Amino acid sequence: MGIEGIGARVLRKEDKRFITGKGRYTDDHKIAGMHYAAFVRSPHAHAKVKGIDKSAAEGMPGVAAVLDGQQLTGDGIGNLICGWMVHSKDGSPMNMGAWSALATEYVRYVGDAVAVVIAETQAQARSAAEAVAVDYQVLDAVVSGADAIKPGAPQLHPEAKNNIIYDWEIGEADATDAALAGAARVVEMEITNNRLVPNPMEPRSALAEYDEAEEHFTLHTTSQNPHVARLVLSAFYQVAPENKLRVIAPDVGGGFGSKIFIYPEEVVCLWASKRAGVPAVKWTADRTEAFLTDAHGRDHTTTAKMGFDANNKIVGFKIDTIANLGAYMSLFSSSVPTYLYATLLSGQYNIANIHCNVRSVYSNTAPVDAYRGAGRPEASYVVERMMETAARELGVSPAELRRTNFITEFPHQTPVIMAYDAGDFNASLDAAMKAADWDGFAKRKAASEKNGMLRGIGMSCYIEACGIAPSAAVGSLGAGVGLWESAEVRVNPVGTVEVLTGSHSHGQGHETTFAQLVSDRFGVPAESVQIVHGDTDKVQFGMGTYGSRSGAVGMSAIEKALDKVEAKAKKIAAHQLEAAEGDIEIKDGEVLVKGTDKKLGWHEVCLGAYTGHNLPEGMEPGLKEGAFYDPTNFTFPAGCYVCEVEVDPQTGVVDIQQFVAADDFGKIINPMIVEGQVHGGLAQGIGQAMLENAVYGDDGQLLSASYMDYCMPRADDLPNFDVSTTETLCPGNPLGIKGCGEAGAIGSPPAVINAVTDAINNNNLTMPASPANVWNAINLADAAE
Amino acid sequence: MAKVQMTVNGKSVAGTVEDRTLLVDYLRDGRNLTGTHVGCDTSQCGACVVHVDGKAVKSCTMLAVQADGSDITTIEGLAAGGDLHPMQAAFRENHGLQCGFCTPGMIMSAVDMVNRLGGDLDEGTIRAELEGNICRCTGYHNIVKSIAAGASAMGAGSKQAAE
Amino acid sequence: MYETTYHRASSADDAVSRASSAGDGKFLSGGMTLLPTMKQRLAAPSDLIDVTHIADMKGVSVSGSTVTIGAATTHAEVANDAGLKKACSSLANLASHIGDPAVRNRGTIGGSIANNDPAADYPAAMLALGATIHTTKREVSADEFFTGMFETALADDELITAVSFDAPSKGAYAKFPNPASRYAMAGVYVAQSGGDVRVAVTGASSDGVYRAADMESALAGSFNEGAIDGCSVDEGNMLSDIHGSAAYRANLVKVMAKRAVAAAG
Repeated sequence: MGIEGIGARVLRKEDKRFITGKGRYTDDHKIAGMHYAAFVRSPHAHAKVKGIDKSAAEGMPGVAAVLDGQQLTGDGIGNLICGWMVHSKDGSPMNMGAWSALATEYVRYVGDAVAVVIAETQAQARSAAEAVAVDYQVLDAVVSGADAIKPGAPQLHPEAKNNIIYDWEIGEADATDAALAGAARVVEMEITNNRLVPNPMEPRSALAEYDEAEEHFTLHTTSQNPHVARLVLSAFYQVAPENKLRVIAPDVGGGFGSKIFIYPEEVVCLWASKRAGVPAVKWTADRTEAFLTDAHGRDHTTTAKMGFDANNKIVGFKIDTIANLGAYMSLFSSSVPTYLYATLLSGQYNIANIHCNVRSVYSNTAPVDAYRGAGRPEASYVVERMMETAARELGVSPAELRRTNFITEFPHQTPVIMAYDAGDFNASLDAAMKAADWDGFAKRKAASEKNGMLRGIGMSCYIEACGIAPSAAVGSLGAGVGLWESAEVRVNPVGTVEVLTGSHSHGQGHETTFAQLVSDRFGVPAESVQIVHGDTDKVQFGMGTYGSRSGAVGMSAIEKALDKVEAKAKKIAAHQLEAAEGDIEIKDGEVLVKGTDKKLGWHEVCLGAYTGHNLPEGMEPGLKEGAFYDPTNFTFPAGCYVCEVEVDPQTGVVDIQQFVAADDFGKIINPMIVEGQVHGGLAQGIGQAMLENAVYGDDGQLLSASYMDYCMPRADDLPNFDVSTTETLCPGNPLGIKGCGEAGAIGSPPAVINAVTDAINNNNLTMPASPANVWNAINLADAAE
Repeated sequence: MAKVQMTVNGKSVAGTVEDRTLLVDYLRDGRNLTGTHVGCDTSQCGACVVHVDGKAVKSCTMLAVQADGSDITTIEGLAAGGDLHPMQAAFRENHGLQCGFCTPGMIMSAVDMVNRLGGDLDEGTIRAELEGNICRCTGYHNIVKSIAAGASAMGAGSKQAAE
Repeated sequence: MYETTYHRASSADDAVSRASSAGDGKFLSGGMTLLPTMKQRLAAPSDLIDVTHIADMKGVSVSGSTVTIGAATTHAEVANDAGLKKACSSLANLASHIGDPAVRNRGTIGGSIANNDPAADYPAAMLALGATIHTTKREVSADEFFTGMFETALADDELITAVSFDAPSKGAYAKFPNPASRYAMAGVYVAQSGGDVRVAVTGASSDGVYRAADMESALAGSFNEGAIDGCSVDEGNMLSDIHGSAAYRANLVKVMAKRAVAAAG
């Protein structure tokens, strides 16, 4: 592999600019004559907009324009859309309400934008925005998914009767009901998956520039997928044709899903840069705006029933979920609680009968869409809380119940679409229990009790689906785009290499891992490889980074392109060395004829490709190849997490004593980076389980709209993590990669809650396990005894 | 408007700012030092930490005029010439960063931590001292490791210098 | 932030005279609360009078058992003052847990007391220590100074210059931080001087900082954790929000009181 090839802990190439303050994020960019946008946002969760008086604002210092939704739609800017069509079980298409980037008739959540001010300075724009007088007729609001579908609830969109976007199902209802009816034991649960705010540390930002002479727009934006942004801005929102719109996602400070989507602000900044007649328009969210308007995550309420036979084998699993999608359907919102959630409800278990019904509903809250894990954390939470609860009710150990039901033969077709290709669930369970010294827990618990503390241990055996996804398959399920990836490998005449990729790095370290593939293949040092991404003028097309797909899909595309480059280089070398192509080997920067001392330097072959002086008959000069890779299946990372906690019964404070993660990610290119991804995922999963909660008041005001009230995980909230991997290769892609970006966030919440409920001996605990919630659960349990 | 004069990363600078201009905005917009970031409005995230007269300060919660006459060090001024500061090097060597957005503030806080508490820092101390710096990417595991290593390197460096 | 005019005061008198001549002037000390409030456009003072460069408003002095702390002394300076650590370590310890290190480098004791945030730590210390608040107009006891949530006895043109108190024979502060903001959800300062015990509670009450009279008399009778058991905390006076119910806060007040007593030894 070489010291910088596949499997090596190569230090990150991109770090130097970040540690010296030379990273270039969107808000760091400036353009001469640049103006600032400030949005006029609804303070009400639900209201009719009766009028907008812009006159005072228009006369204020520095103001170039005050623009509203009528002007936006008048200029032909289209509504924001959800790009994944989900059909209800009656066959009807989902009921998508209209979403204008600037609201015209109604506002539907606090923060909904109704107008924008373009001014010379940010302070001027904000002052003028305050001076825009909007006449609202306040309407009743509804904030929870369960309340939204009750009779008499306030109605958000005329398209969606009873606020129901779709009423969807998967699996066999009758067979599952019959299986449950015949079960020896049925375990029932109500499960809430709390709403989260993604909170990448870099707030969203957009810098839109209009070149009047060329009629050309350039958008710098905080995006995980600039090409998709350009496509949607062009084809659906009619901002400009694709050839007149360049989208650049420069350094991006974290995304976690929330920067996949195209938001109103980007649309408005682009449109306003032309409409206001200014050189450029910049908008950067402050943190409060981020809380109010970034797409939120999760927010499910679920009832679940699992049936077991007399041998504790699962016979049926029935799930009914209400998913709160907020006030509008964000770009991929429909797919998250359906195809990314219910398809994973088989977990790691052999379950013959599964049925899941999902109603996705509108409410007067921020739109909800994919957030790290996107549907799979919700699924693993349902499955793994259920397995733990069942083990307690059936009187068997949590490990034994899981082992009894593990899938052990692959491939395995579940009743909910997914066909698992490979895995070894016992291996990760064994590894995690050993690392956690599960057997020594009783002793540790006794020691805690001596100190007046409660101690608990919990596990979670998760599986998830990454590498999204085979284009034809997702197309048949309603996706509006294909989910392949592209790559181009450009070898320069001196042997250095540029890799252009449609994946986008916003913390994942692609500039390093992707270079390792090239280093591994040609023996060139990683420093001679440049990874180019995030600019639609440089990279022809790409689908971007989300769903832990950049390894399994993005790197597979690079591998395909490298295959082509390697083949051509070998042809050139074979010709020049007068050897058979099959005898040529590229190793450590040299191109050799196997079994001889005949060789060329890698750079000599590259130069030869460009001089064209001595190429095989009919060969085109140059050494540059592209590839599109369309996966054949999802990939299925899986693993086992163990969490051990100590709880202070007087205050309800939970202290994580240890957290063990044993994951199977298939082939690992850079273990250092993979471990970092797991750490980050775990922090977000533990954050959901213990700290984070987006709470709306009944009137639709967001009560957790800053770090004063939304509890972000801090260093002293978390332990060091014990992270290890087992390996079964993914048979579906050339490298055997499964994906590692989301696993931590998917597998950890149930492990934490299983541990806390074990400690307090009360299974009735809703996330987050905040001190107050835990104290309440302890005292309610005491009261019940 | 107010006239301000300060030393930024060893260079004396002067300019005119609105009285309401925050130090972070003066650094980013006025001095083009965009390594100092803004990640929240409530003085909690620490992406904006710089050193003012040798002490860690949240530059989003200080006016530029309050810093008039002060000596400011930002992330751009930490490396001596071409050499990384030991704390910068430690963050790279221990994979203490991912997206890089919180990193400048983390490193400035970490250097301040060592300046106050010395080079021998245990995990509990580092985690407690990071209360004012939020990272969303790393889960802190490798940040804690980086700071311990960087602190140790800084401690060794200062001992050498003293000898 | 709205426009404002910055002044750097050279003395307390200079600060007061600049404040008096301003339309809507405010004293600016560390700015840890005022500046975020201004950034959110929730405050719009016409003038800011910076008091942090007034030399005689800075520093800690200990003379016998009397401790005097200049109003513009930062939390970090209070936390690290060697004399104070000897005379009244509980107050130095309290200061070392306010906010985070960068906040402690800017925030000041005078600013904290003048703001009287119901979740701030210093007001509890001032009450429990029976401190005297020195202003440009008078000296006022802590008992009279804190008049309710974000309310004090200060007039608009009155500036806190220092606080002073006699160091207690025993004292400790126990804080339960709000998981998100890290401000006190319940903070209890217990101080014993001779037979007199004062207990002040911050963070929990809807009326702001207060003295817990029944805990004081119980502890005066017997200074140990068990004395707290018989005390009751009225849930009706407790805050209730997304972070915890009134019942939970009432519980925290008792638990923190016990822990403070235990720490005081």
